[in-house]
Amino acid sequence: MEHEFDAVIVGAGGAGLYAALEASKTAKTAVLSKVYPQRSHTGAAQGGIGAALGNVEEDSPEWHAFDTVKGGDYLVDQGAAKVLAEEAVKAVYDLENRGLPFSRLPDGKIAQRRFGGHTHHFGEGPVHRSCYAADRTGHMILQTLYQQCIKNDVQFFDEFYVVDLLLDGTTTQGVVAFELKTGEFHLFKAKAVLFATGGFGRMFKITSNALANTGDGPALLARKGIPLEDMEFFQFHPTGIKGMGILITEGVRGEGGILYNSEGERFMERYAPTMLDLAPRDMVSRAIMTEVLAGRGMRGDKKIDDYVLLDASHLGRETVEKKIPDIADFCRTYLGVDPAVEPMPVQPTAHYAMGGIPTDIHGRVNTGKTIYDGLYAAGEAACVSVHGANRLGTNSLVDLIVFGRRAGRHIAEYVTGASAPTVAAGAADAAKAKIQALKDRKGGRHMGPVFQKMQETMMAKIGVYREQGLMDEAVAEIQALREEFREVGVQDTGAGFNNEVLNILELESLLDLSLITAASAANRTESRGAHSRRDFPDRNDDAWLKHTLARIDGNGVVIDYKPVDVSIWEPKPRTY
Amino acid sequence: MKVTLAIQRYNPEHDTAPQVREYEVEVEPTDRILDALMDITRNVDGTLGYRRSCAHGVCGSDAMRINGKERLACKTLFKDLVDADGPGKPAVITLEPLRHQAVQKDLMVDQGPFFEKFRAVKPYFMAKTESTGAEFLQSPEERSLFDEATKCINCSACYSACPVLDKNPAFLGPAAIVQAARFIYDSRDKGLEGRIDVLDTADGVWPCESHFECTRVCPREIKITRLINLTKREIKKYREARGEQTAEPAKQERA
Repeated sequence: MEHEFDAVIVGAGGAGLYAALEASKTAKTAVLSKVYPQRSHTGAAQGGIGAALGNVEEDSPEWHAFDTVKGGDYLVDQGAAKVLAEEAVKAVYDLENRGLPFSRLPDGKIAQRRFGGHTHHFGEGPVHRSCYAADRTGHMILQTLYQQCIKNDVQFFDEFYVVDLLLDGTTTQGVVAFELKTGEFHLFKAKAVLFATGGFGRMFKITSNALANTGDGPALLARKGIPLEDMEFFQFHPTGIKGMGILITEGVRGEGGILYNSEGERFMERYAPTMLDLAPRDMVSRAIMTEVLAGRGMRGDKKIDDYVLLDASHLGRETVEKKIPDIADFCRTYLGVDPAVEPMPVQPTAHYAMGGIPTDIHGRVNTGKTIYDGLYAAGEAACVSVHGANRLGTNSLVDLIVFGRRAGRHIAEYVTGASAPTVAAGAADAAKAKIQALKDRKGGRHMGPVFQKMQETMMAKIGVYREQGLMDEAVAEIQALREEFREVGVQDTGAGFNNEVLNILELESLLDLSLITAASAANRTESRGAHSRRDFPDRNDDAWLKHTLARIDGNGVVIDYKPVDVSIWEPKPRTY
Repeated sequence: MKVTLAIQRYNPEHDTAPQVREYEVEVEPTDRILDALMDITRNVDGTLGYRRSCAHGVCGSDAMRINGKERLACKTLFKDLVDADGPGKPAVITLEPLRHQAVQKDLMVDQGPFFEKFRAVKPYFMAKTESTGAEFLQSPEERSLFDEATKCINCSACYSACPVLDKNPAFLGPAAIVQAARFIYDSRDKGLEGRIDVLDTADGVWPCESHFECTRVCPREIKITRLINLTKREIKKYREARGEQTAEPAKQERA
C-alpha cells in the first residue's frame, strides 16, 4: 500500500509526539510507531524534567546550561546546551498548560526538587530544578502529549515497524514500513522523516530499558552509511533494582535518600564531597563499582554484579508514599522490600545512550560535513549533542520537548519549500526480500542464544569500567555474532502478527549498534564522562576533545571525528 | 523449579478455534511470568504471540488472564502463584487473553474499541481559564483530588474483568470513566463541561453495577469503582443545578 505525507514521524515517545504536534499544525503528518501509543518508554521516566523556573529558590538557565556542559564532561556542544536550558522554561509551562499534572508547592506553583549535578551559582551547591509529577513524570508527559495528539487529530499508524529509509543521495524520499497486523509492506512517500525511536539499552544484560528499546532508527541510518555520534558514551544509572535493572529514580536521592556500603558508610562523601549522593550519575556508578570491587558490596565477593544499599527509610512512611509511591511499589513487588522501613538493594544498570544520530539544533541529521535534506532525529535516538559524555538527570525529558518541538517546527517550514518525493518503482523490494529471507530460513537458529551472548559480552566488557583488551575482545565477539546472526531464522512464517520477524530485526539493530558502540569505546584512549578506562584513567582534552563519528563498513567500523562547541565555558576538571 | 504454562493459542490464519498448548519452563520463584514467555519465544517456540515492552508494570502492554485473573505478566512473579516447596509435579499456570476484546493472535487482543471509548470521553486537557504564560496555579490539595486517576496506564485489565460488558458490550467501560474522572476532578479543567454528553447516557456511566471486579484487578491499584461512583455523583449534581434529569435508568423494584 502507498501513502503520501509531508512528514513522517517514526516513534511515538515524547520527542516524536511533540514533533508531531508541531508539524501537524501545517503539514500533513503521520506518526508510525512499532508499539501502541502510550507504550513508549518515555512513560517509564520517573524523576522529573529540568527547567530553571526558580519556584523554590533562585535559579537561572545559564546555571542550568553550565551544569549540563560540566555534567557532560565538556563534550557537550555548548550553544546547544544554552538552547536546551533557555527553552526548557517555556517547554515546562507549555506542558503544564496542556494539562500535565505536576506536583505542587503550597503556593500552587510547580514543585521542584534537587537532582544529581544540578547546582546554583555554577556549582556552589544543589538547586531545586527538577519539575516533577510524583515519581512518574515520564508517564504524565507521555499521556499528556498523546492526549494532545488526540485533541489535534494527529494521524497514527499503530504497530507499524519501519524497515527501510528511502534516500535519493542525501535527500529524503520516505520510508518503507511493515504492518504488524497484516504483514503487509507500506510505502510512505514523504518530504521529511523524523526518527525518534528512543534508546538501545537492550544491548546490555542488565538495563532499565524496555524490551522495545532496540535502537531501530540509529541502526537503520547506520546501515545507510550515515555515521553515528559518540556511541561509546552509554550511561549506567547507579540505582537499578538488584538483578533486574528496573530503575529507581535519582529522585529518591533528590528527596534525601543515601547510598551505603556494607560497612554502613555513606561512601559518596569520599567521591563527591559537595554533591554527595547527588553527584552526576557516571560518578556515582563508578563509586558503587569501586566499592563493590574493593569488597564493600553487600555480598563482599568483589564480583561486578554485587550491590550496595539505597536508604530512604529515614524519610518516613508519609514522604515515601507521597513522593516516591511507584518506586515503593516496584520494591515491594519485585523484592519484597518496603522502602519506608528498610534500604533498597541497588546496582548500576545500563540506562541511556548519550550518543546516536548526529543532528544540529534544528533536529536535522547533520554530520558536520553533510546535511541530509528532510532527515531529522530527536530524543534519545539523536545526538545534538546536549548530553556530551554523560547526561544529567531530568535533562532527557526536557531534551525531548525542546528538540522534538524544534524539529517539528523546522520540518513544517522545510516541507513548504521541498519538492514532492520521487520514489522509484520497487522501492519496497529490498525490505520485502530481507524479510522473505528470514522466512526462507525457517527452522534456522533461534534468536535466543545470539541475544544472550551479545548482552553478556556488552555488560561485561563495555560496562562501567573498561580496558583495551576486553573491549577488543568484545568487538571480535560481536563481529562473530553478526555472522552467526545470518543463520537465525523464524519458526513463524505467518503473515499477521508475526512478532518473531519483528524481534529478529530488532536483534539485528542491536548487533549493529553493539558493534559501533564497542568499536567506538575501544578507539577512545581517555576517560571522559561515562566512558571510563582503567588503562587511560584521565581526561585528555588535547587529544580527545572531539566527538566520535562511527560508520559501519561491512563487519567493521570506520571512525571519524567532529569538533565540539566549547565557545562559552573553558573545559575544566570535573569535581563535585 | 519446573512450572507448566498452559497457554491459550489461536491463530486465525490457520486455526478454527482456540486450543491450549503446554510449555514446561524452568524458573526462579522471583522470575516474572513475562520472563518465561520471553524464554519461550526466544529459545523454544517463536510463534507464540503476546505484547510487552517495559517489563516493570508501567507501559500496560502485557495485561492478560493469569490463572483466570487479569494481571500484568511483568508484574506477576512465579512465587505469587506457586509454592516453590510444593508437591512433586510441576504447577500449572494458565494464560489466556483478555476478555471483551477480539483475539488477534494467542494472547494479543484488538484494543481498537477500547481506545475508541477512551477517545470518546475527550481525554485531554480543556483549560477553564486563559494561560498567563506561566503555570496555572493549583494547590497540593486540589492536585491530590485527581492523583489516583492519573495512574491509569490503559492496560484494559479492568475492561476485561467487568461483568457488565458481558451483557452490554456498548458500556463505556471502567478505564474510559477513570480517564474522564481525571479531568473532572482537575481544578484547572472544564471538567464535566464538554464531557457530560458522552458520560450521561444509557451506555455511559450508568450501566456500572459496582461489582468491584475492575478495582480487584487494576495493576495500578486504582479504586476504579469509587471513581465511577464519584463521577455518577458529579453528574447528578451538575444536572440538579440546572434543573435537568440525568439519563440514569429508573430504579427497578428489587424482588
